[in-house]
Amino acid sequence: MSHGELLLQARGLSKSFGDLQVLRSIDLTVRKGTVTVLMGPSGSGKTTVLRSLNGLETPDGGTIEFAGGLSLDFSKPLKKAGRLAMRDQSAMVFQQHNLFPHRTVLENVIEGPIQVQRVPKTQAVAQAEALLDRVGLSDKKDVHPFQLSGGQQQRVGIVRALAMKPSLLLFDEPTSALDPELVGDVLSVIKELADEGWTMVVVTHEVTFARAVADEVVFMDGGVVVERSAPKEMFSNPRHDRTRKFLDRILNPLGD
Amino acid sequence: MNDEAQLLLDSFWPILRGGLTGTIPLTLASFAIGLALALVVALMRLSKNRILSGLARFYVSLIRGTPLLVQLFIIFYGLPSIGVLIDPWPSAVIAFSLNVGGYAAEIIRAAILSVPRGQWEAAYTIGMSDRRAPVRVILPQAARVSVPPLSNTFISLVKDTSLASVILVTELFREAQQIAAFSQEFMLLYAEAAAVYWVFCLVLSSGQSVLEKRLDRYVAR
Repeated sequence: MSHGELLLQARGLSKSFGDLQVLRSIDLTVRKGTVTVLMGPSGSGKTTVLRSLNGLETPDGGTIEFAGGLSLDFSKPLKKAGRLAMRDQSAMVFQQHNLFPHRTVLENVIEGPIQVQRVPKTQAVAQAEALLDRVGLSDKKDVHPFQLSGGQQQRVGIVRALAMKPSLLLFDEPTSALDPELVGDVLSVIKELADEGWTMVVVTHEVTFARAVADEVVFMDGGVVVERSAPKEMFSNPRHDRTRKFLDRILNPLGD
Repeated sequence: MNDEAQLLLDSFWPILRGGLTGTIPLTLASFAIGLALALVVALMRLSKNRILSGLARFYVSLIRGTPLLVQLFIIFYGLPSIGVLIDPWPSAVIAFSLNVGGYAAEIIRAAILSVPRGQWEAAYTIGMSDRRAPVRVILPQAARVSVPPLSNTFISLVKDTSLASVILVTELFREAQQIAAFSQEFMLLYAEAAAVYWVFCLVLSSGQSVLEKRLDRYVAR
């Protein structure tokens, strides 16, 4: 995992919401073609890190540098152009899919390419249809999101992000809101994308998924990175007490 | 046929004509302008710019805190004394538009706020700017929410235009007043005017359910 080219380097990200400091100098390195899984208890700051990479949250300090030269320094006020440029790099898949309810599945997917990237409509539609076909939803392209199951909605959410052809895919607990039997469908789509070489950062509690897909697992607690290592290492031999306790809790929720 | 029935028949056309050439165009013009104004005011009110939101707040408070009749009088009878003379028709359109603008702005603001935060974020994550996100994602959803309360505003406006009679605009109610004054049949003429207003409102509010149905097609029920 250390041999890929650098895609993104975040240094010293910090962020407070009022008196609550949610990020305390976070460093994160993402290499091209790798999957980074962020784990940690709720309130650990993992989602805030993820959202900061997409400009949905603005850190109070620190820097993010992207391959290709885009560089943001959060100790200065963030300019609109910087934020838009950062969003150009990545696309987010949300916990609650956040599909546009007033548009059909196809319209959800082509909205960004047509409105933002100015891709010609026929091309955007062809691309969207191919992507929907890949996740097994080509027959649903003309329905509205409310007519889909949770798992289908989330797959459309993934396709909507993919259609932007971002260099980085971000997943914010993509299966947490799903019924258990629908989780597998979504995770297998994400795994396929990883196998294809998409670079991604995933916030999830799914240990099985992390073990199978992640190149690196970053464990956060209390706004700091407690440890980071390959999944095998992390799950079989966590170095820190806090990591061990957390993994214990999610693997044995009844404490036996 | 007795005299009253004859009067009812004879007065029907002038009253209806007053409605068709006065009440309805006055309503439609004022509502269209008022709605455009309301959208601007709602966006100003939601803006992070303190001056813009303060101005919007002041405007809404002023409009909602003063009687429409007084607003109408200030524009038509008050302004000439500071040298601004406006004809009855434009005076009425200005007063009603400003009034609709104040009320509808609050409706639109609430509707925009009712769209979940996640919709803004989804718009942002596919690269939309602060300008494009409202146009493509937020306002279409806010429109659906605001149809029922805006329909209320619209129906109120239909009836409120009768106030224009006091600044000499020839509309439904002024026609009825003139015939009533001439014939001294007040009950008959005013009841007839009320009936015509009622029919107008019934017809116009049937548009509401068509619009709601159209905008509701993407919502689960």
